Amino acid sequence: MSEPLLSIRGLRAKVEGEDAEILRGVDLDLQRGEVHALMGPNGSGKSTLAKVIAGHPAYEVTAGEILFEGEDVLELEPDERSRAGIFLAFQYPAEIPGVSIANFLRTAVNSRLDEGEEMDVFGFQRTLAEKMEMLKMDPGFATRYVNDGFSGGEKKRNEILQMAVLRPALGVLDETDSGLDIDALKVVARGVNRLSEADEALGVLLITHYKRILNYIQPDIVHVMMAGRIAESGGASLADKLEAEGYDWLQQTAAV
Amino acid sequence: MPQNETITGLGLDEYKYGFVTEDQPVFKAVPGLSGDIVRQISHHKEEPEWMLDFRLKALDVYYSKPMPKWGGDLSKLEDTLDEIYFYLKPQDQMERSWDDVPQEIKDTFEKLGIPEAERKALAGVGAQYESEMVYHSLKEQWEEQGVIFESIEDGLAKHPELFRQYFSTVVPTHDNKFAALNSAVWSGGSFVYIPKGVKVEIPLQAYFRVNAERMGQFERTLIICEEGAEAHYIEGCTAPVYSTDSFHSGVIEIVVKKGARFRYTTIQNWSNNMYNLVTQRALVHEDAKMEWLDGNLGSKLTMKYPSCFLVGERAHGEILSIAYAGDGQHQDTGGKVIHAAPHTTSQITSKSISKGLGRSSYRGLCKVYDGAEGAKSNVECDALLLDEQSRTDTYPYIEIDENTASIGHEATVSKVGDEQLFYLMSRGLDEAEAMAMIVRGFIEPVARELPLEYAIELNRLIELEMEGSVG
Repeated sequence: MSEPLLSIRGLRAKVEGEDAEILRGVDLDLQRGEVHALMGPNGSGKSTLAKVIAGHPAYEVTAGEILFEGEDVLELEPDERSRAGIFLAFQYPAEIPGVSIANFLRTAVNSRLDEGEEMDVFGFQRTLAEKMEMLKMDPGFATRYVNDGFSGGEKKRNEILQMAVLRPALGVLDETDSGLDIDALKVVARGVNRLSEADEALGVLLITHYKRILNYIQPDIVHVMMAGRIAESGGASLADKLEAEGYDWLQQTAAV
Repeated sequence: MPQNETITGLGLDEYKYGFVTEDQPVFKAVPGLSGDIVRQISHHKEEPEWMLDFRLKALDVYYSKPMPKWGGDLSKLEDTLDEIYFYLKPQDQMERSWDDVPQEIKDTFEKLGIPEAERKALAGVGAQYESEMVYHSLKEQWEEQGVIFESIEDGLAKHPELFRQYFSTVVPTHDNKFAALNSAVWSGGSFVYIPKGVKVEIPLQAYFRVNAERMGQFERTLIICEEGAEAHYIEGCTAPVYSTDSFHSGVIEIVVKKGARFRYTTIQNWSNNMYNLVTQRALVHEDAKMEWLDGNLGSKLTMKYPSCFLVGERAHGEILSIAYAGDGQHQDTGGKVIHAAPHTTSQITSKSISKGLGRSSYRGLCKVYDGAEGAKSNVECDALLLDEQSRTDTYPYIEIDENTASIGHEATVSKVGDEQLFYLMSRGLDEAEAMAMIVRGFIEPVARELPLEYAIELNRLIELEMEGSVG
């Protein structure tokens, strides 16, 4: 098999300034074009893993490595990781009052392009309008301030919109399904599927608490995280087993 | 994340107008203040006797008033005032043609982009260098309609009756210590008269430049906007960076007659050794509308509270203010609205940004007199702190003597959050760009009020100076 898109080895991390480790030796390989679901109970470290992959400054990596396309990214700033092709869809996206989505996203797109090659306003508007249509978003949405006063569903849709515009190699979706009603969930799932279809090499790490979204996005591999490490990995059927039996049967594995 | 690096990337602290021009003034008074200095100023200006009397009386008022104990730290100002030059005349006469302005002065203003701005988007331009206006011009179409845009000295000389009718009626000498000082030593500034019903659609601009070290600039501006007239006046200010402190204390008086509309925009970007104590006030008559748009960057200490005295029924006053307090700076700014007639309305919107050891204070007064039935006022002040040490305070003074008045006050303080920075950076913006974007978003509600082609100072500073953030 070729070099994985994302390879995590023995990753340990904690909140900076605190003692307790949240990630206690995570190992995970994700190949190009694969969709992995990462499930697990509250507090098992799923969201922490997502933030550490993206380079959140509040976390300190104490051991292990994260290789993205074979390169160690731990020394890279969050913006460098983003430009390298890592995208995190936030569980709780920040609000940026006074900055329109269009302005924000154009700046983000241009941060990837060389000086003089930047996208002009009209070219960008076309791209944006296309992606918004795909996600069934009202065109007026682009002029709204980033996440300012958005409903939960609007915030999540906005995250997927950004992923569609920025076209990363890896999308880490942190509980993108939480707080969505079934219609919004379908729209978001369809958006992710369309991105996968458009880019067969796109890797997706889908972090979720519930099996529900996996009815709409088919994972190749399902991982279960318990107490800061991957306790079990398997095919899509593993999600069904978790739904039926809960996480208790995995407690023993995690305690090792 | 190293916060300091981030903020340097904003470019707000890089003062790019800090250059000095070498030149030879035609007259420079001795430093410090005295009756003789006041007489010399009046003599050089060939003023009528009443103005000299006015100045000398004002000097007494200035001496009799104590230094204010509120606002910013003025304890070192008295020493500064002993040493500064109160009057410096850079050239013999004011020019009407840009070509005739002395080369050194022209260079200065060309570096600041002034003649270029005039050609593009202005109805008229005035430029003040040290104590005197060195250049004034007004496009013919406005001149033909009776608009007057002159230096204040020419206003007094050419339109003595009009001048005397309004001068010092909006800001009387005894109003405050610095208004008294300005009244004694004023020099330069604009005289603007917009005749009844004339609408000047594009802005008039004045530019104030202090070049000499230890210089005091005391411009005085008098604006009369007649019934149903409309105009927009913009002023910009800069000075070089010296190790010693300088002083700027202007007085702006505006009369907005029945049904008229006037907007006064200030983008001041003084160097960080400037005390900037300005009295700006407008008298707003029946159905008239006055707007102050006040951008304060730079200076060591700014104390400035643009005011609207709403004296006619349904008069409306609006004050929009942005202040940026960098390291070692104190911006004590805000606004005053006085409701003295029924159904008058007002809105104060204040946005301040503090960084490092910078401090921004909102200080505002809303007063409603008994009988100002149905007066409405709303105050919103938002402060943004860029890091842990920066500081902001709010001092709202509200005095209501009328039962039917309705007053709203809302204040928020926010800090640029790590989550906001991380969010923007996770989309590929580097830290400086991310910070700049948050700051731009914060001031957007005020910045969008600036004329698009004309946001010379504020937009250029906050957008173009931030590296690579203009996408």
